[in-house]
Amino acid sequence: MYKIITKMELAPKIKLIEIHAPEIAEKAQVGQFVILRVDEKGERFPLTLVDWDYQKGTITLIFLEVGVSTKKLGELESQDEILDVAGPLGNPSEIRHYGSVCVIGGGVGTASAYPIARALKEAGNKVISIIGAKSADLLILENEMGRISDELHISTDDGTKGQKGFVSDVLKLLIEKGHTFNLIYAIGPAVMMRAVAEVTRPYNIKTIVSLNSIMVDGMGMCGACRVTVGGETRFACVDGPEFDAHKVDFGELIKRQMMYLLEEKLALERWENRRRV
Amino acid sequence: MSAVSEPKPKPKVQKEAVSMPKQKPEVRKGNFNEVALGYTEEQALAEANRCLQCPKPQCVQGCPVEIDIPAFIKFIKERKFDEAIKKVKEKNSLPAICGRVCPQEDQCQKFCVIGKVGDPVSIGRLERFVADWERERGFNVSERAPSTGKKVAIIGAGPAGLTVAVDLAKFGHEVVVFEALHLPGGVLMYGIPEFRLPKSIVQAEVDYIKNFGVEIRTDFLIGRTYTIPELLKKGFDSVFIGTGAGLPRFLRVPGENLGGIYSANEFLIRVNLMKAYAFPEYDTPIRVGKKVAVIGGGNVAMDSARSALRLGAEEVCIVYRRSREEMPARLEEIENAEEEGVICKFLANPTKFIGDEKGLVKAMECICMDLGPPDKSGRRRPVPVKGSEFIMDVDTVVVAIGRTPNPIIQRTTGGLEVTGWGTIVADENGKTSIEGVYAGGDIVTGEATVISAMGAGKKAAKAIHEYLMKR
Repeated sequence: MYKIITKMELAPKIKLIEIHAPEIAEKAQVGQFVILRVDEKGERFPLTLVDWDYQKGTITLIFLEVGVSTKKLGELESQDEILDVAGPLGNPSEIRHYGSVCVIGGGVGTASAYPIARALKEAGNKVISIIGAKSADLLILENEMGRISDELHISTDDGTKGQKGFVSDVLKLLIEKGHTFNLIYAIGPAVMMRAVAEVTRPYNIKTIVSLNSIMVDGMGMCGACRVTVGGETRFACVDGPEFDAHKVDFGELIKRQMMYLLEEKLALERWENRRRV
Repeated sequence: MSAVSEPKPKPKVQKEAVSMPKQKPEVRKGNFNEVALGYTEEQALAEANRCLQCPKPQCVQGCPVEIDIPAFIKFIKERKFDEAIKKVKEKNSLPAICGRVCPQEDQCQKFCVIGKVGDPVSIGRLERFVADWERERGFNVSERAPSTGKKVAIIGAGPAGLTVAVDLAKFGHEVVVFEALHLPGGVLMYGIPEFRLPKSIVQAEVDYIKNFGVEIRTDFLIGRTYTIPELLKKGFDSVFIGTGAGLPRFLRVPGENLGGIYSANEFLIRVNLMKAYAFPEYDTPIRVGKKVAVIGGGNVAMDSARSALRLGAEEVCIVYRRSREEMPARLEEIENAEEEGVICKFLANPTKFIGDEKGLVKAMECICMDLGPPDKSGRRRPVPVKGSEFIMDVDTVVVAIGRTPNPIIQRTTGGLEVTGWGTIVADENGKTSIEGVYAGGDIVTGEATVISAMGAGKKAAKAIHEYLMKR
């Protein structure tokens, strides 16, 4: 059992929890994730490590409530316990001095982009960050990203804050204005990562994405998270989660992510009905 | 004149084994309850009485953990069931599991003398009977040796790891088992379906092992959370690696990443470990369409096919590239599957998968195969027949063509010798290239059986004990 130490709401349906998990906190590295199972009947699902504190023995996660599993997690309060948390899983990000880097977070993906931006800054890079959301109230970690970035750009789909449009539009403008980047990190919904990849492809800028495939065990056993990268099947859980954006078959990834839409809807309706009763 | 006693008539051997009651095929294909129901006391007695109690028993040589088979059967004959299970447990701490999933026909029963004239004694069913008899009444836990002060880490709570754990605990060592998943049992929990091995039985036998003081830490992936060198630094005197063959093998043909195509591992993990058959009561979903194809001919293929039927598929077809004779699955499992209505398509192999606009599989192209000369495995090699491609409509596919070793330990343990296939190099006692580090089961042999992993575990436990006591 893994106790929740603190819980905060960052935006509507977006929550932050700090969990007591000393062994994971001891070994966590940037870019890695954990697999959670909230209760006895729960699914196993991955969340990226946003922060960790070796001294306190805690890890921090941020999630958007979309389905039954994340809604169940969101209902837990401080001092409640999560049944299972396993990790750290996946390969760490390759953090070193690249020069000028752009870190892009879309939606709740900003939570995964933040530790990477922070580590890249600590490694001496010039960090330009772009974060985006549907609207201003859904933007997260603006202050945190601002603190560790040399420049922070914001976009919202509805124009309620920053530039109206997508993060990929902001990136395109920056490049066109003459910004040069040695590396780009983009984390968010698959469509957003694909859009970023298409912006950087003509300029041949190395672009890394962290894939949010469906996972079950998260340790290489099932292959639910398989994705075609450079024409080869790779497992996001053990070969990734980070891959070269220009080689990822996003079309396949998006279709695989939608495989259980019907079931997810059914489960959510059932869960909401039961809660009403 | 003294009376001469008449020579005793030679006891007539009952040639036919007492059959085990089973759920009827038309009933069982609609539920996940156990198919085989087990012997009653009377049935067990009748079957035990078929055992000749050979002075030089042949059966024992077929048992990877060397159970004294005639001795435990003799106790059954005498209705001393508590003595019988004690005898079994001298060598095997997971008898209810082994009685269900061991391929006895290739092991102990293969050597049974009566097998030459009729059915061999159903040793597996008798083992299951005494194990169930005891479990239903509560376990007797024998005493542990006094504490040695030595500490051993076991990686993986599958058949090999659990066997090593209980044996070392009995010797008086402190044992911690690290399990990556959220439940112990390994393949017994995530791989073998409920209808063949109820999870409550796995749980009960794991609990029995915990009674010996074995600590099991779930959600703990060695190689990521801690590495083996870290375990040795953190005060463990020895390490046993029993991480099994857990990585799925795919066909590597076009379209294999379409939705609706599962590795057998994913399919079975969803069904068994995550209880997707009880979705939406349980949160993990699974998609099973009307027409299911299972690729492969082993026990895992049978388990997948039979699970698919129970999940409501209208038609389940096993597609196997060789013929029935070469199928690696147990005969009993093939028969069970066929009784339930699973169809087998032999001498065919998928060449590509075709999807719809949503990216879900809708058809599969296969090619017919011919059998050529035997390959290294001794089975005739399948050869594609040119121009024989045909299309099968399918909406779910399960790829059950084998599993390979999990590489996480090998990648994170410097100095550990590994073969080209990714298995760990170990001698017959499980000793690896690193001092104090032992390995056994599928991680050493490649994909094999539960009982061979347990046999390897027994040998490794003995070797680890000797190593610890010499230090």
